[in-house]
Amino acid sequence: MSLTTKSAAELLSLLEGGDVTSVNVTQAYLNQIVQYDEQIRAFIHVDPDAALAQAADVDRRRQAGEAVGQLGGVPVAIKDLLCTKGVATTCASKMLENYRPPYDATVVRKIKEADGVLIGRTNMDEFAMGGSCENSAFQPTTNPWDTTRIPGGSSGGAAACVAASMAPLSVGSDTGGSIRQPAALCGITGLKPTYGRVSRYGLIAFASSLDQIGPLANSVEDTALLMEVLAGHDPLDSTSIDAPVPPYTENLGKPLEGLRVGLVTDYFDTDLDADVESAVRDAVKVYESLGAKIVEVSLPHSSYGIATYYVIAPSEASSNLARYDGAHYGYRTDEKAMHAELAAERAGMSEEEADAKLDGPLVRMYRKTRSEAFGAEVKRRIMLGTYALSSGYYDAYYLKALKVRRLIVEDYRAAFEKSDVLLGPVTATPAAPLGHYKNDPLGMYLTDLFTVGANLAGVAGISIPCGHSQDGLPIGLQLQAPPLEEESLLRAAHMFQTATDWHTRRPELTTT
Amino acid sequence: MLSPEEVESLTAELGKIVDYVDQLSDLNTDDVEPLDHAVELVNVFANDKMRASLSRDEALSQAPNRDDDSYLVPAVLGE
Repeated sequence: MSLTTKSAAELLSLLEGGDVTSVNVTQAYLNQIVQYDEQIRAFIHVDPDAALAQAADVDRRRQAGEAVGQLGGVPVAIKDLLCTKGVATTCASKMLENYRPPYDATVVRKIKEADGVLIGRTNMDEFAMGGSCENSAFQPTTNPWDTTRIPGGSSGGAAACVAASMAPLSVGSDTGGSIRQPAALCGITGLKPTYGRVSRYGLIAFASSLDQIGPLANSVEDTALLMEVLAGHDPLDSTSIDAPVPPYTENLGKPLEGLRVGLVTDYFDTDLDADVESAVRDAVKVYESLGAKIVEVSLPHSSYGIATYYVIAPSEASSNLARYDGAHYGYRTDEKAMHAELAAERAGMSEEEADAKLDGPLVRMYRKTRSEAFGAEVKRRIMLGTYALSSGYYDAYYLKALKVRRLIVEDYRAAFEKSDVLLGPVTATPAAPLGHYKNDPLGMYLTDLFTVGANLAGVAGISIPCGHSQDGLPIGLQLQAPPLEEESLLRAAHMFQTATDWHTRRPELTTT
Repeated sequence: MLSPEEVESLTAELGKIVDYVDQLSDLNTDDVEPLDHAVELVNVFANDKMRASLSRDEALSQAPNRDDDSYLVPAVLGE
């Protein structure tokens, strides 16, 4: 029996029934990683001994009749920006290549307490900035459906590893689409919860008013299972919402009576790939056949979403990344070389000139540390953000963007008066080839066109597979729901998966 | 510190991006309040209770340079 093609729910059932052990399951996924990850490079780091030790501990407790958590020995891969005590948490950046946090992120603690086996740390765009997973300082991840293409980003590794059956569950983060977009491009399910539904404590911050952690899996059912573990109020995160967590898995199969599906007309006024449009329109027909009522709604400011996002997110990033200065943790420039450089520069100047113009050693340390250890995309965003927040430009850029943000929130409120969930594509095209956005950062930003709205408005959004392009590449369907309506969102998404089988398809993997 | 090549490519790239985001000025937002927090929680306080924190050693554990009690960095003034 092939354990790596089983769902997390099936694995749990086998584990609870004693048919397999967590060590069996974990070993099966570790073998899959060894076999295929050289090609896909979804993982930055895998520690097989640690994973198997965790699995063995779950088995021991289960066999002894002791309590076992909700994830009961099922492997979970996590994006490498979730602080895990004593484990290198790199954010795919040279800046944190050797950083070992002294504490666990709340979601990591929850996964451990639920007995999820931490199988490995997944690749990402550096500091979560990117939509292709090519901005990782270490390696680009490839799309398991076509390894000449990107898996999407920034949770590219988290999506690719699930699509390639290297983990049944993974955890990613989504600031402008970074769970939903790679989920769509890799043909899996990915959920961005309502802002504040999942604690950000220990999530290495990119944009604090937009970041959310969320689950990725091969089905809505598995996504709901992981979501039950991740969600909840956390006193350590003052932006987390104090609301009870519904039992998402319990009511999943209950159909939603009179579901009003809001078709966002603005999304279809854009340049959609023909296969994407066709797959999404077919999805609408599926909902109709299931008894849903289709209403046309508008999000009139959605075309301004990217501009709004690419002012706000870099602004917040410029503030959040100011802490990386080589002083307390992470990379520090070679001090000896730095002092030598300064001495040489000082020698070429008069005393007055040097005192007036030359960096002090501390400042030079900041400058060199940040220049040497940040990648190009990170630098772009820090510079954009610093500019947008600077005196004389703050009103025109940052403040203006915050006002447009309110208009976007109001669009969503109006749309949700007429509908229960919003429906549309996740991306305008299937996965692009590797290198496609090399000299075109703006082109890469535009792939977030349909996803940034949910982050700006704080609403929940999910990506589920709904078709394939003519080239066999996955296409994702996005559903969005009002804040804290994850239960309805998951039920509406599950409805689609009971009537279609796109989510059951897995790519044919090669080892060449 | 950017290399001359970086300055060249960044100038072009950032120029394009700034031009793109300039479209926000198309919109009339005269009567719109800025929104910085989508969920609009207000006054989330923590109880004024002492709780465990990182030990000094834990906090210093990742320091590129440290002595017994502190982070060590190059001098602020002079050499």
